[in-house]
Amino acid sequence: MGSIPRFWRNMQSRYNLIGRRCTRCGEVYFPPRNFCARCRRRGELEEVQLSGRGEVVSFTVIRTPPEGFERQAPYVMALVRLEEGVMLTTQLVDVNPEEVEIGMRVESVFRKIQEDGEAGLIYYGFKFRPVEEDRP
Amino acid sequence: MKRVAVIGVGLTKFGELWETSFSQLFVEAGVKAINDAGIDGSDIDALYVGNMSGGRFVDQEHISCLIADHAGLTPIPATRVEAACASGGLAIRQGVMAILSGMHDVVVVGGVEKMTDLVTEKTTQTLATASDSEWEAFMGMTFPGLYALIARRHMHEYGTTREQLAMVAVKNHRNALHNPYAQFHTEISVEDVLRSPLVADPLRLLDCSPITDGAACVVLASEEKAREFVDSPVYITGSGQASSTIALHDRRSITVADATVNAAKEAYARAKRSADDIQVAEVHDAFTIGEILAIEGLGFFRIGEGGRATEEGETAIGGRIPVNTSGGLKAKGHPVGATGVAQVVEVVLQLRGEAGKRQVDADVGLAHNVGGSGGTAVVHILEKG
Ligand SMILES: [Zn+2]
Repeated sequence: MGSIPRFWRNMQSRYNLIGRRCTRCGEVYFPPRNFCARCRRRGELEEVQLSGRGEVVSFTVIRTPPEGFERQAPYVMALVRLEEGVMLTTQLVDVNPEEVEIGMRVESVFRKIQEDGEAGLIYYGFKFRPVEEDRP
Repeated sequence: MKRVAVIGVGLTKFGELWETSFSQLFVEAGVKAINDAGIDGSDIDALYVGNMSGGRFVDQEHISCLIADHAGLTPIPATRVEAACASGGLAIRQGVMAILSGMHDVVVVGGVEKMTDLVTEKTTQTLATASDSEWEAFMGMTFPGLYALIARRHMHEYGTTREQLAMVAVKNHRNALHNPYAQFHTEISVEDVLRSPLVADPLRLLDCSPITDGAACVVLASEEKAREFVDSPVYITGSGQASSTIALHDRRSITVADATVNAAKEAYARAKRSADDIQVAEVHDAFTIGEILAIEGLGFFRIGEGGRATEEGETAIGGRIPVNTSGGLKAKGHPVGATGVAQVVEVVLQLRGEAGKRQVDADVGLAHNVGGSGGTAVVHILEKG
């Protein structure tokens, strides 16, 4: 579903959770943007390394997967709010779907995202899992 | 705003129409609308077509030209409008604005989608292009998945119950029983919904609108021009459109449909109406939770009260404000590009008193169409002449 240049452009953010922060108002953007919606032309964005820690705002279990995800289904998808205040969409791994709950603390891990069967490509990036120290 | 007359309406049957091609669908709805208006092809000044993804669904772009050609309407200007599932509603608005600008007097607005040519995985992927392709779909998110996130959060914040979501589907299936154009004519129970297969927890198959082929068409005219053809047309008296973030994760609140709130505010202001004046409404129930968000965002009920209102029958035919008398996207079917136009057709039929066994008593109605997970919303208010 992607092309190599299209993937490459987002690689740094998807691999290392690099976002952007407005030096004027402090707003953090992830996925990264080139323009602060609050300050508009007066804003200036710099790269910021995100902590990769946050909590689950909502979640679902995907049972009808799109192309490239057939072999992973069923899998948990979540909205995670990071400590920096931004929210992102991510897969939750290393967890039983029945154990996921709103408010659960999670941290990022580096994993395979999807396989493009036709092009023979494998895409990597962040996923999230329950925080290690919270595990029983 | 000045009002714009709806002088003709037409629909195809909605469903899995394997024997009918993309352009045949549109032409069928178009011919019905033009006959209904009693106009001639030479009276038409322009054509607008709502279509989400002809390129993916049927390998056809340049749809406006295809349709103008096959409908025998060349050389009039033909324009395609796209905003995912809100394509049809936006096409209506473009037609309204073309007339209000004084550029055109009679405009045909149609919507069409042919979805059943693709296999399920490709359809799922195509619908997911209405989300943020790089940061939602890429991660494995699906369209039902996004609405599932909203549903779970709504249940968490407001105590909306799983059963209340199911009641939206039950009501809309019941309404569709009396709509000959609807895809489904089957009554379902809350238990049927709760026993249907999980698609994206907590949403199940019977929470989701189906994959549908279909087309819808209306003929719009300036008030002056309309008098040449029709004695007392239904009028579009208000129009509103708003945008929000394309990705759910960038939304300030995922349980408040802010684009809907803003589009409604504009439409009410233009029509000099409020939510209390609306007596019948077609809203965007692509998923059961979508109808709850809609009736809250449009101001029919307070935020968080939509589930309770549904349970108490306030949105049923005979209730305080009948919602989705056509059966909605859920049971009438959801050919994405056609939906926004078909909603306006249903409100027109209700205001004309031509809705048969699903008829309600109404002088003022509303149509509400959403694109993606709420990134685009468009609202129209219609009134009896
Ligand atoms: Zn800023």
